[in-house]
Amino acid sequence: MTRSLEPAERVQAVGPSGIRRFFEIAEERDDVISLGVGEPDFSAPWAARDAAIQSLERGKTSYTANRGMYDLREAISSYVADRFGLEYGPDEEVLVTAGASEAVDLAFRAFVDPGDTVAIAQPAYISYGPGVTFAGGEVLPVRTREEDDFRLTVEALEAAGAEAADLLVMCYPNNPTGAVMTRADLEPIAEFAREHDLAVLSDEIYAELTYDERDADASPGAATHASIATLPGMRERTIVCNGFSKAHAMTGLRLGYALGPAGATGAMNRVHQYGMLSAPTTAQYAALEALDSCANDVEAMVDQYGRRRRFVISRFREIGTPCFEAKGAFYVFPEVPDGWDGSANDFAERLLREYGVAVVPGDVFGVGGEGHLRVSYATGLEDLREALARIESFVDEHV
Amino acid sequence: MSEREVLELLRENARYETADIARMTDLDEDEVADAIEALEAAGIVRGYQAVVDWDRLEDERVRAEVELNVTLDRETGYDDIAERLARFPQVKALRLISGDYDFDMEVEGDSIREVSRFISEKVAPVPEITQTVTHYVMASYKENGIELGDGEDDDRLSVSP
Ligand SMILES: Cc1ncc(COP(=O)(O)O)c(C=O)c1O
Repeated sequence: MTRSLEPAERVQAVGPSGIRRFFEIAEERDDVISLGVGEPDFSAPWAARDAAIQSLERGKTSYTANRGMYDLREAISSYVADRFGLEYGPDEEVLVTAGASEAVDLAFRAFVDPGDTVAIAQPAYISYGPGVTFAGGEVLPVRTREEDDFRLTVEALEAAGAEAADLLVMCYPNNPTGAVMTRADLEPIAEFAREHDLAVLSDEIYAELTYDERDADASPGAATHASIATLPGMRERTIVCNGFSKAHAMTGLRLGYALGPAGATGAMNRVHQYGMLSAPTTAQYAALEALDSCANDVEAMVDQYGRRRRFVISRFREIGTPCFEAKGAFYVFPEVPDGWDGSANDFAERLLREYGVAVVPGDVFGVGGEGHLRVSYATGLEDLREALARIESFVDEHV
Repeated sequence: MSEREVLELLRENARYETADIARMTDLDEDEVADAIEALEAAGIVRGYQAVVDWDRLEDERVRAEVELNVTLDRETGYDDIAERLARFPQVKALRLISGDYDFDMEVEGDSIREVSRFISEKVAPVPEITQTVTHYVMASYKENGIELGDGEDDDRLSVSP
């Protein structure tokens, strides 16, 4: 590498993802059943795909407004109000992005100054840390615990020293644990944020994917999902990120959005308009249709995930690996079985090499993930059955 | 309510084991077995069959959709005609429908000749039947909600965030 193209320090500071190596091992076998994927095994609802096709047929191939098509922003605005009690106007408070990923990245670039501290509730989605580093910030891990059902608590924030942070990143329903937080759980966190003047980045991409009976405390219309932005005094200090990848099975279309007060989404839009210009137009048409007419498709997928979730949790318990009762997203986060004398990483690697089942070791998701495995049930039941049978054989053989 | 859930799962795959259905629904195995028994006893679940992609078999299997028009008189109603036709083993499905014709009949046989003869010799002569239109199935793409394509199109990364 010539010196002129030597990566910047911030880029060098971020190593390759811990998932990459597993991917390479998985490629060596052809009978791998993967429970390592973080994306739906469904295709996007047909109506949404059809709307994308039609938009192309009509020649809708230009940029849209930087913030996204007005109709889509309006649709997002009324959808989040109906589903989650989030009130954001389409003119200045909704920003359409290329995936929730871009929304998260924009938030870091818009609100993190070099040297700022960003508290991240962990175990967490693996992109937050590197995103903070690229923006020049410092990551402060906040460890959530299985004893607390992996919910964020004020004790955890205090133990980490998060009162000194500038921004708090949280994600419920959570990737990788499947934890959810009710409105009651969020109240003390909101109080902590107000008291210490913390801004909050709330990644709610799994908001539709919760599996409990409706919670009377949750936001109006929602299942168990409650957004911290709906708590008193939180709207002005919170950016909510969401998108179409998970609930609408549209990962490849790359469409998400950010919600926040006008000034804040305005700042994010400033970064967005130079870096991205506008989110993919075809995907915006698909998203508009997804909100307009695909609620039943979402419901059908959630039903399927719900059944698979129960199946997987009860199988892990039968196998003798303690498994916390995940209530959202499409992951469970079992511990490696008692009696396995190695790391979760060893467990996952040998399970993959010997039995062809790919799961992700919890360590890659940060503190609190050690000794756990992330197991995705975004895979058909036949494969889940076979994978769990193989895990059972592996455990019988080695533990 | 749980019966309904069990029913949906059986419709998805009638070969799910009772234990698996129990795991998926949080019922215990006895409750699932009871629910299935109740569904069968009530005549809601009428049988269990495989969904077959005949096109993949070597031996010929001929299927036809037959439109039937009938005239009724005081003595004979739709149910009487249906009862008479449904008895033939060649008839795999028979439905009274709205629209241009009255019955929609699915017929199966080993050859076109066999199916044609069945329709001309057994069905057409029924006095109330005024017209039959036979459509032979040339290819099937979806049966009982299951797509008959090549499947195996999970091209997702094996591990991803
Ligand atoms: C918590 C979380 N946020 C964001 C994303 C990325 O979503 P998108 O496809 O909308 O960029 C993922 C994907 O795995 C995720 O798990």
